[in-house]
Amino acid sequence: MIVAERKPLEQVEAMIDGFERILVVGCGTCVAVCMAGGEKEVELFAAELRMKGKLDGKQRTIDEITITRQCDMEYLEQLAKYVDDYDAIVSTACGAGVQFLAERYDEKLVLPALNTRFIGVAEGAGVWSQRCMACSDCVLDQTGGICPMTICAKNLLNGPCGGTDHGKCEVDGEKDCAWTLIYRKLEKIGRLDTMRKIQPPKDYSLMTTPGKYTHEAFKETQAEDEE
Amino acid sequence: MSKDNAVQPFEPKVVAYCCTYCAYTAGDLAGSMRLEYAPNVRVVKILCTGKVDAILLLRAFEDGADAVYVAGCAIGDCHFLEGNLRAIQTVAYTKKRLAEIGLEPERLEFFHVPASDGPGFADAANEMTRRAKTLGPNPLRKSITQAAGRKLAKESDEHPPLPEAVLGKLIHHSERTTVG
Ligand code: SF4
Ligand code: SF4
Repeated sequence: MIVAERKPLEQVEAMIDGFERILVVGCGTCVAVCMAGGEKEVELFAAELRMKGKLDGKQRTIDEITITRQCDMEYLEQLAKYVDDYDAIVSTACGAGVQFLAERYDEKLVLPALNTRFIGVAEGAGVWSQRCMACSDCVLDQTGGICPMTICAKNLLNGPCGGTDHGKCEVDGEKDCAWTLIYRKLEKIGRLDTMRKIQPPKDYSLMTTPGKYTHEAFKETQAEDEE
Repeated sequence: MSKDNAVQPFEPKVVAYCCTYCAYTAGDLAGSMRLEYAPNVRVVKILCTGKVDAILLLRAFEDGADAVYVAGCAIGDCHFLEGNLRAIQTVAYTKKRLAEIGLEPERLEFFHVPASDGPGFADAANEMTRRAKTLGPNPLRKSITQAAGRKLAKESDEHPPLPEAVLGKLIHHSERTTVG
């Protein structure tokens, strides 16, 4: 899922400075799981903004609502009856959600309350780590389920480099060498021979932004529609 | 008008979230022991301090409490194994939120008060009352009645109806899996 973290309060305060009516919109999916922008976090964040406003002697209204997802139009639709009442909308979704919200209500000022970090997993309570950088051409079959694009600091497809140091990475001694992990894993599952294969150069053009993808099934319907 | 009436000493309002197994029982014991402690404390009995979350603590301050504390079992004694450990984390996290807003983090604290520690219960109550007296009233008290926003009602998500089936009848997955 998408992992994000909340921006410092003062940064958001600076964004909303001068506005009187503000709506904080939460997202109940990825950012709720990573405890950054779900219903609970929005409750806390809105309460903080209210208290800060009062302490600074401001007359402002901070309302809040958390929708199921901000990256799907049908859920954004639910806000239609509310948004007109506000000077600004603060979104606690990932960057994609903020943009879609801003696109749907394009006459409104929509502000981000989070910094979107990465696609990752929950390592433990409150700890997340990056596992995939969406390279659009997955090679995990060759690498024992460990992503060389993400875990290796140099994105090496044919590692390790000469800098691997007792299982640690030369770029950052705190981090594990991806290729040592890959070697150990392949050894464990008896597939070390795949390490001998030379991976062809990666097609980085696939990663050109912005990415766009249409599901096969829908391509056909579109073609039919056009006919 | 007499001078004594003009200068009212500040009597803080202190909210104490006490777990039922330890701190609350210690409160009872403090009573049985006839210990005297600050009458400023309003005790809120909770099942476990692990239930306390940041918003609960923040709301107390938002509503004008001058000091808030959470009192739970000693380390290793939690009835739910680690509720008190979570509460320690929550309190530390909420202190940062208070500092962020501009309220003194010392207005909030966590205390370990075992069930057998009546005097410990009284000490916690006295300590937080003392702190609140030193820091003065919660500046938010002045604006408690000022409306500042609310949670808007969210409708439940609409699920699109099943499309008209051309061949046979389409059924929801839930219908498929329930044995009739
Ligand atoms: S808007 Fe972002 S955080 Fe929310 S569900 Fe979509 S991808 Fe996840
Ligand atoms: S190779 Fe790595 S970055 Fe590419 S899709 Fe697979 S996991 Fe993601």
